[in-house]
Amino acid sequence: MQFTSFLENGNLTVALTGEIDHHCAKHYIQSIAGKIEAYTPEVCILDFQEVTFVDSSGIAVVINALRCMSQIEGKLVLTGICAQPMRVFRASGIDKLVEIKEAV
Amino acid sequence: MKFNNFMILEFPSKSCNEAFARSAVACFAAQMDPTLEELGDIRTAVSEAVTNCIVHAYPNELGLITVRCRILKDNVLDVVVKDKGIGIADIEQAKRPMFTTGGTDRSGMGFTIMESFMTSFELTSAPGKGTTVHMRRKIQRRK
Repeated sequence: MQFTSFLENGNLTVALTGEIDHHCAKHYIQSIAGKIEAYTPEVCILDFQEVTFVDSSGIAVVINALRCMSQIEGKLVLTGICAQPMRVFRASGIDKLVEIKEAV
Repeated sequence: MKFNNFMILEFPSKSCNEAFARSAVACFAAQMDPTLEELGDIRTAVSEAVTNCIVHAYPNELGLITVRCRILKDNVLDVVVKDKGIGIADIEQAKRPMFTTGGTDRSGMGFTIMESFMTSFELTSAPGKGTTVHMRRKIQRRK
């Protein structure tokens, strides 16, 4: 449970790692909210490239980040999502609420 | 004997056991030669069931969670996740997508995911007595 983040041209990228479940979701939700509040980026990119597993707690992480970004009228983008997390996001319909980009 | 193999896990409702439970079930299911996608679906469904026990069944105390897995004929994995917690008063409401009695760190999608990722899903609960989730997943035989 750790992540790195960086700011580039007013865009905040948060790179998540490992498995996102209920055990660590609260930590991610609060940390991401803190970063968004501190930097008020135009775009927040959640990078899932190093995320090997998510359950419905991962959906809560995305929804909370989306809420934070809409409060500051910014945009949320997800990127680098592997097969298992993608199945969870599709099953929940979150892929229709948030822009999903292929990894660069 | 109606089943080929089985295992039973029992552990306290600590959130660090979510990863343990889904990994243990996935390791057990590995002998059925599942695809990565099948294994991912099983891991996800078990994670949801066990998380529900930890968050909802025992909200203010630690309690016991039992996970029982069996391999049935025709390569079907049978998983039962059971607790002796507070139970669910309104099962239909609990199963509704986006409904949750948890906080903002919950999404209310747990049962939806269990239902869509497993071949069959059954929820029984009695207030004050506990909840049992019974799921099955057919593992396709690869040619």
